[in-house]
Amino acid sequence: MSGTELLSDQGLRIDGRKPNELRRIRCSLGIFAQADGSAYLEQGNTKVLAAVYGPHEIRGSKSKALHDKAFVNCQYSTATFSMGERKRRPRGDRKSTEMSTHLEETFAAAIRTELYPRSQIDIFVEVLQADGGNYTTCVNAAMMALVDAGVPLKDTVVSCTASLVKDTPLVDVNHVEQSGGSPELVVSILPHSGEIVYMSLTQRFHIDHLSKVLDTAIKGCKDIGVILKEIMKGHLTKLDTSLQAS
Amino acid sequence: MVDIRLASEVPLFDIVADSTEPKHLVTPGSLITKETGFMRGHGTYMQDDCLYASVAGVVERVNQLISVRPLKSRYHGEIGDVVIGRITEVSQKRWKLDTNARLDSVLLLQSVNLPGGELRRRSAEDELSMRQYLKEGDLVSAEVQNIFNDGALSLHTRSMKYGKLSQGCLVKVSPSLIRRQKTHFHNLPCGASIIMGNNGFVWICPTLHEDVAGGFVQNLETVPHADRQAISRLRNCVTALAQCKMMLYDTSIMHAYDASINAGFEIKDLLLPDKITEIALMVRKQFEMEKE
Repeated sequence: MSGTELLSDQGLRIDGRKPNELRRIRCSLGIFAQADGSAYLEQGNTKVLAAVYGPHEIRGSKSKALHDKAFVNCQYSTATFSMGERKRRPRGDRKSTEMSTHLEETFAAAIRTELYPRSQIDIFVEVLQADGGNYTTCVNAAMMALVDAGVPLKDTVVSCTASLVKDTPLVDVNHVEQSGGSPELVVSILPHSGEIVYMSLTQRFHIDHLSKVLDTAIKGCKDIGVILKEIMKGHLTKLDTSLQAS
Repeated sequence: MVDIRLASEVPLFDIVADSTEPKHLVTPGSLITKETGFMRGHGTYMQDDCLYASVAGVVERVNQLISVRPLKSRYHGEIGDVVIGRITEVSQKRWKLDTNARLDSVLLLQSVNLPGGELRRRSAEDELSMRQYLKEGDLVSAEVQNIFNDGALSLHTRSMKYGKLSQGCLVKVSPSLIRRQKTHFHNLPCGASIIMGNNGFVWICPTLHEDVAGGFVQNLETVPHADRQAISRLRNCVTALAQCKMMLYDTSIMHAYDASINAGFEIKDLLLPDKITEIALMVRKQFEMEKE
């Protein structure tokens, strides 16, 4: 697909959004009774489930225990039915393993792990429907699950993608735009301090473009952060009133 | 008969806030105060002389101490709490228990009452026969005796009311749903006893008799059918209240139990979403009536 179709002459994207417009975000917290924290997050048609267990005693090999901080364990998996083409296995392939490592690094930076020496925090994310920005949706969903579990964080981590078509930066790209041959920049930030905890780019472009694409992605992150914060507050108020009422 | 329904048809249990005063709710990373002179409590951290929240919850202030209480979290132990735990490991002179805390709790051999008197010396033989008293998978009620430096809890069962649990039903709920009370052992009038562990583990069993409880003796006599029905009904009432995020204590559980009987619900009905909502509403109504 050529770049001209991704952005129409009227300046609208393939799904009718403006270049700086996010997809619809829907989220619910505390959906699993068993897990310490859980969340379901939709960004457009990308749908992700996240569950958090812990902090708890290290299970399995004790050698993983860190004497001064908690050990963060993540598992990224994609449902076999999540994409147009059926996947053979949900996890264990090279890409999923890499995603898991990235998630571990991101959350080890955001969680106040020093409070929980010799403990383990498990984060499980499952992509139910993949429509672009899978990694970012997973980060956001896992963050919501951590908040639901009451795990102390330095800051909420939010993640967003950005792309470049016809010299126009696009925010929160979907699957068609992602596979259309344009570069994709993934950024995770801590919105209050503005620190970047993760950044990756799928292909090369001229360095002059970087600053505006990065700014777009960071702006997207901050917008998502505001929306997610509202959802958190709504959830908290509901929980608090029902606890107070009894 | 199988009960099938769409997720969208499940009734929502929403309580309209009485709106006493707007609560100070915060999310991780949000600024609590810029003023200096405050002490940072749990759920907060200091950066550049500003106090930030690290968990989502309610800001609480006691004099100069500011802390944020999350509405849901793992069990945060305090000395004197009644807890229920499951043995995960038997090691040198100690048992390890899973108590829903962030590290496994420890029950030292020296902090249990062994058969044969309080002041008995613990010999090497006792150490070897530890597995005879408590083995992996056993449930124990205990009290928090101490908190170690790394945050792990040290438990003791040096009272006749604590010890190995025999026949009954364990319900796991969030620790924040358990109301702190003078006593966490209740003999309910419906013919069952309940132990409300502060760690969110609730144990429901046939009525405890003072002389039998405690120690390592398990009573494995068959429980009468009526008692078992009372236990299952209580269990379903507790899960129903927990699902609607209502506080759990003896009165609220008894209200739910009575309401379910008065409404003529069968025990298995209490697992259905609409019945759960109905029970929760009835309990709430009961509380409002008592308040007036």
